[in-house]
Amino acid sequence: MTGTATQQEPVDPGGTTAGTNPMVGVVLVSHSAAAANAVAELAKALTGGGVDVPVAPAGGGPDGGLGTSSDLIAAAARSVDRGVGVAILADLGSAVLTVKALLADDELPAGTRLVDAPFLEGAVAAVVTSSTGAAIDAVEAAAGEAYTYRKL
Amino acid sequence: MNALPDAPVDASFLLRWLDTSATVLDREANRLTLLDSPIGDADHGTNMRRGFIAARTAVGQEPPDTPGGVLTAIGRHLISTVGGASGPLYGTLLRRAGKQLGDEPAVGAERLRDALRAGVDGVAQLGGAAAGDKTMLDALLPALDAMDTALAGGGSTTEVLDAAAKAAAEGAEATTPLRARKGRASYLGDRSIGHQDPGATSSALLVAALADTAREASA
Repeated sequence: MTGTATQQEPVDPGGTTAGTNPMVGVVLVSHSAAAANAVAELAKALTGGGVDVPVAPAGGGPDGGLGTSSDLIAAAARSVDRGVGVAILADLGSAVLTVKALLADDELPAGTRLVDAPFLEGAVAAVVTSSTGAAIDAVEAAAGEAYTYRKL
Repeated sequence: MNALPDAPVDASFLLRWLDTSATVLDREANRLTLLDSPIGDADHGTNMRRGFIAARTAVGQEPPDTPGGVLTAIGRHLISTVGGASGPLYGTLLRRAGKQLGDEPAVGAERLRDALRAGVDGVAQLGGAAAGDKTMLDALLPALDAMDTALAGGGSTTEVLDAAAKAAAEGAEATTPLRARKGRASYLGDRSIGHQDPGATSSALLVAALADTAREASA
């Protein structure tokens, strides 16, 4: 599953700037709705002006508390799907497992993949890369490279 | 060896298993959460109760007419309602097992064993766990091995599932001295030792519910 098969057929031009390629969607799955929302907000803010990257948080469980909701994840992935792939970043445990289970059963838009990356730093890298109109392979690589960014 | 008439595992059988499982998990929710408190995030009982009660309601409203259909439907509901890691793990187990059964209207113990084996393989793949990691696999893998042995000895469905239930319970108890290598409990290192694994415990309850369902069907 390379995820770029539908690149020639943008499903929905929304979330793109006029005259540029459709952007890769980014979904942020956290046990905490507040964490997912805040990381999405931070990543978008660091992207700079003028480009509205399709980013959707999917935080919290089915009852609204801490946890993971497959329905929220699926809805978020659909909402950011512009036909060129969706990169999902997840925080821990059930967030990762739920995304994997949904992917295994083809319950997410075509071209959706789980990206192996640190949640916050990876989200920033993914969203910034997506804002340039890069393909999902580049978005995934940028997010993964965030693991190598040492602080000391 | 097969004195009792053998109940076929059909849609009705698995709907009764779902009913029993939801009742058992409702009753045992506090115990599962207590087990999950020292080494997890104290939500396993609540999550499993919520998931199985929701699945019982939803699947009961539009019951599929094949055993594979019932397992697949339960799995789908668990993934969307449990909210913890047990949702995708049990959901994958049941959906893989259901898929393996295909459209068959009823199966015997051997086909059920094959389907559960496929489901447990799916769990191992999804979670990346192996035997001895202090997870649900430590109840499920011994249960499958016990089914193999009972089937080889010509056991009835009830006997095969009784053997599975016994092995799963022993497997769950045997997780107590293990050090967790998966999930949140693994962050605790040696402090995870001395606690029975909640996931292995709920797995043993679900296998016991299968044996109870078979026993009631053949009584």
